[in-house]
Amino acid sequence: MTTQTVWRKPPFIKSPAVRWVFYIAVAAYVIGTIATLPIDWERTAQGLTRAQRIFSGAFPPSFERSGLLISGFMESLKIAILATTLGMILSVPLAFMAARNISPKPVYLLGRGTFILARSFHPVIVAIIFVKAVGFGPLAGALTLTVYSIGFVAKLLAERIEEIDFGQVEAMRSVGASFFSTMVYAILPQIMPRLVGLGIYQLDSNLRASAVVGIVGAGGIGATLANAFGRYDYDFALAITMVIVGAILISEAVSGMIRKRMT
Amino acid sequence: MLEIKNLVKRYGKGAPVLKDLNLSVEGEQLMSIIGSSGAGKSTLLRCVNRLVEPTSGSITLNGTDFTTLGPKELRRARRRVGMVFQSFNLVDRLSVMENVQSGRLGYISTWAAVTRRYPAEDIERAFELMERVGIAQYADKRADELSGGERQRVGVVRALMQRPEILLADEPTASLDPKTSEQIMSLLRDLARELNLPVIINIHNVTEAKEYSDRIVGMRYGRIIFDDKPAALDAAQMDEIYAGTPSEDRQEMGAIA
Repeated sequence: MTTQTVWRKPPFIKSPAVRWVFYIAVAAYVIGTIATLPIDWERTAQGLTRAQRIFSGAFPPSFERSGLLISGFMESLKIAILATTLGMILSVPLAFMAARNISPKPVYLLGRGTFILARSFHPVIVAIIFVKAVGFGPLAGALTLTVYSIGFVAKLLAERIEEIDFGQVEAMRSVGASFFSTMVYAILPQIMPRLVGLGIYQLDSNLRASAVVGIVGAGGIGATLANAFGRYDYDFALAITMVIVGAILISEAVSGMIRKRMT
Repeated sequence: MLEIKNLVKRYGKGAPVLKDLNLSVEGEQLMSIIGSSGAGKSTLLRCVNRLVEPTSGSITLNGTDFTTLGPKELRRARRRVGMVFQSFNLVDRLSVMENVQSGRLGYISTWAAVTRRYPAEDIERAFELMERVGIAQYADKRADELSGGERQRVGVVRALMQRPEILLADEPTASLDPKTSEQIMSLLRDLARELNLPVIINIHNVTEAKEYSDRIVGMRYGRIIFDDKPAALDAAQMDEIYAGTPSEDRQEMGAIA
């Protein structure tokens, strides 16, 4: 008897028949979809010239109304900072509630449920609801991004809490520490780097998102951008877009630097 | 004096890990518990301060029955029992001083704990103890910057900060190299004498156990089968402690299966 010399990685789907039927079905669906999509090539061609007009109208970008631009941007920044702060403050207790290893089951389910609800809608949809509820302007934006922050930060923080070294909690229990002291001494130091990292990332992300939710009326530079488009001021719109991109680049660089120092 | 009576611990519906165990530890002595993995040494130690909830039986420390205490009384009672862990269980990202002071968390207010405003006498005692075990120069260092032996010294000082009536050490030297391991053992022995503190140590290293303890308890499958002075532990008894399942338990297990 000779030793086996050929080895192949077992395929993901074992039965060859099922495997090939699956591949062919996927290919057929993709081809079918492309064939039946209602794409009107004539209109697309017309649209191209329109796009060309928009882009040529956008050059050179106009910074004439820079006062409007700056006030819009500052509003976005305020919205982002307020939403991040509020979101972080609300996320920490929520994350503790939603950590399986330290919370009793009903509290855990309540915590999980809260941020699953916060995560289930895209910020634009939440923004539309808040604009209806509290009217146009930055308050709607700040509330939207707070909800958005909670959904993201609380979930990731809760997962970090579930990964902690439980020995430290045990040690604090063994000295007779209260529940709150145990959290502050045994859990908080372990999740602190993640907490700071998430805060910086969220500020970044909120600044970006504030431009989007502004378009549906939640204030900030997004509102300025929507107005510029509405008035066919394409050169001003380009200027706004450039400022947004610039701001994101700067915040990206700064948060990268801070995160590097943290660890 | 620690008095354990008829202690039974059963996880879920399985066979008990501790089977009707009786043990009493008096005054200043260093007692080692030996036995193979799964003998119930760690469970026994953790039942004392109820990190593990005993199924039945009683555990009395200087007149207080630990098994009947409510949550709040249990927290107060735990201050009287110091514990040292195999993996040290220090808060890595906090300074050595904060780790040492965390031994006082059962005494000081939560506000004082959060703001790190430790009482002057606690700071004084912390420096005295750290000086005694040779880690005072590390007070402001982060705990994860220390070596294994130094970290276990922090663990010991943290437990002593409680002014405990008894010290439990769950395999305190198992994560250390042989030399450091001996240093920690002799430190525990010396501290037991200096502070008139009874110390119970779970240990795998029988040579160390014989060298440093006043008394050795051998456990096998949830029972104490040896309890005497180290000199009385001979090869035959060692074999018995580290042998396979005893015949009486074999029948029991057969009945379950």
